[in-house]
Amino acid sequence: MANSDKEIVVEDPTAPGADSPAVVSNRVVDAAVMILLLGLAVLLGYDNYRTGMSWEDTGPQAGYMPFYLSVILAGAALYGLVTALSSRDAAATDAFVTRAQLSRVMQVLVPTVLFVLMTAWLGIYISSFLLIVGFMWGIGRIAIWKSVLTALLLTAALFVTFQYAFDVIMPKGPLEAALGY
Amino acid sequence: MEAFSLLLHGFSVLLTWKTLVLMMVGLLLGVFVGVLPGLGGPNGVAILLPLTFTMDPTSAIVMLSCIYWGSLFGGAITSILFNIPGEAWSVATTFDGYPMAQQGKAAEALTAAFTSSFIGSLFAVMLITFLAPSIASFALKFGPPEFFAVYLLTFCSFVGLGREDKHKTIISMVLGLLLAGVGMDTVSGSLRMTFGFEDLLRGISFLVAVIGLFGISEILLTMEERLALRGHAARISLRVVWNVWKELPRYWATLLRSSMIGTWLGVTPGGAIAASFMGYNLAKRFSNDKESFGKGRIEGVFAPETAAHASGTAALLPMLALGIPGSGTAAILLGGLMVWGLNPGPLLFVEHKDFVWGLIASMYLGNVVGLFIVLSTVPIFAAILRVPFAAIAPMIVVSCAIGAYAIQNAMFDLWLMVLFGVVGYVFKKVGIPLAPFALALVLGNRAEDAFRLSMIGGQGDLGVFWSNGLVGTITTLAIVLLFWPLIEKVWTQATRRLSSAKA
Repeated sequence: MANSDKEIVVEDPTAPGADSPAVVSNRVVDAAVMILLLGLAVLLGYDNYRTGMSWEDTGPQAGYMPFYLSVILAGAALYGLVTALSSRDAAATDAFVTRAQLSRVMQVLVPTVLFVLMTAWLGIYISSFLLIVGFMWGIGRIAIWKSVLTALLLTAALFVTFQYAFDVIMPKGPLEAALGY
Repeated sequence: MEAFSLLLHGFSVLLTWKTLVLMMVGLLLGVFVGVLPGLGGPNGVAILLPLTFTMDPTSAIVMLSCIYWGSLFGGAITSILFNIPGEAWSVATTFDGYPMAQQGKAAEALTAAFTSSFIGSLFAVMLITFLAPSIASFALKFGPPEFFAVYLLTFCSFVGLGREDKHKTIISMVLGLLLAGVGMDTVSGSLRMTFGFEDLLRGISFLVAVIGLFGISEILLTMEERLALRGHAARISLRVVWNVWKELPRYWATLLRSSMIGTWLGVTPGGAIAASFMGYNLAKRFSNDKESFGKGRIEGVFAPETAAHASGTAALLPMLALGIPGSGTAAILLGGLMVWGLNPGPLLFVEHKDFVWGLIASMYLGNVVGLFIVLSTVPIFAAILRVPFAAIAPMIVVSCAIGAYAIQNAMFDLWLMVLFGVVGYVFKKVGIPLAPFALALVLGNRAEDAFRLSMIGGQGDLGVFWSNGLVGTITTLAIVLLFWPLIEKVWTQATRRLSSAKA
């Protein structure tokens, strides 16, 4: 029989509060994205113009299609900029991200960036171990032994999978070198 | 009946222990990813794609398509038990699915959802079986202008029929096309848009972009929200399954209608969301008892699930037959095919018969096996939600990083992945859709080659796209679709004026 009186409840003690102040509004981000895209369009358009965007005897030059695509991108971004600035939509003034939300996003983004940095000289396995332990213990406030055990098992599993089963070369660091891999 | 014998051959390719095990693993991984809040079809396939890089193409695609089925099945679990739609097309499933769970009928709702997903997919797979070969053999006659016209049709229908702001869809698509062009130009061999960076010579890898856009960005988005969950636990017993299945024939009209809507919308890009809502609304309209919808009616689960899955599966039809993906997930699968050096499109049916029919056969098998797996493992998967996100998030980051690195063994790609993660996060929040971007990035080079080859053939005259009846029709249709919203507006105004003039 269906057993539906049992509930699954997961708490989130560090959830971002609803009353957190806005860092930036939708309108501002929308406009900023459009300006960035416009800049990108101009940059790419210029580069393709330099590459050559006209016709040769053999057909269109390498920059032909991307040049016109840049023009379309510039047009759409410009239109987007105007609509973003003139929008009377109530959602435009809503928070793009609140301070509490931003700090949570940074909690993932910053470790991810550090992880990629570490990978370059520690190798991907040690970095993965450190990322998982650091994240579970430091941000998730999960008991240290659980964090270390999970990270150790997962990293070991990854190592065995990629080193032996799949034979894929992953970036390795000094520890692997010392162990002779 | 040629299709039938080829299909049987496909089954014989598949029926090895190794493939069956891969299938199970793929399904379980897929359900796992599908159950995690915020992660769905495209994310799951993007994150798990790298696992398949070292397999032979047939095993790999079998595993990938099973991951896809699994994540589709998994999405229904969170929608019904937790009222959290994993994907936009699961929204309609929550309307009646969650009320059923609240009334203690979670097991019935889940069985209904899984069964109707199965029926919807099966309908679409049958369509693929019988239509794809003929479409492909028809498309063998296509030259570059025809192919470019079909690409154009795909791009235009995304813009014309999509629900997002038109200029944002255009931005997303054009950006994808531009980034596809970075690096060595395939026709002339000259470099473009590399700005002297050696790492850009190789171009921007589609899969790296997709892993960033759909993997990393999804974690950022999920973290931002409140992660607390409250939902129902459920166990499905054989008796419940039997009771639901016994009722199935009564809903044949709903199931058939939703399957047809789903396959039709699935073939056109971006249709699954529209399909699920349309399936639900039509079931409501044709019902004698409209009031009971939204209060836990089993038909309200059947209708959207059948349509969404039929459409998700039908999206693979244009991908296989023409090399044009009908959805974001299909675009990622297409990128996967290209990693193994397979060129999706009409030639695939001639050159890699084993592969194509193995894939189609795996859709049948994956569906059947998937249905039984999800029916029997719901309690385990619902419990996955108890695993804290703080443990899952770093694992997904690691899995994404391994995938991004494995594609070209380049550290640069890891940075690109992080960059695309941030871009995906911002784009999603300002309403720039990601699916057109993925589609454009994967099709960009082929679309450009087709364009340039046709222009060379036509000596620089755009008239080459109207040079015969076939290509002319497709091109015109593309342009009509691009301006569809405008045409529709003018049309309604004209008819209104006409009717008011009459009155």
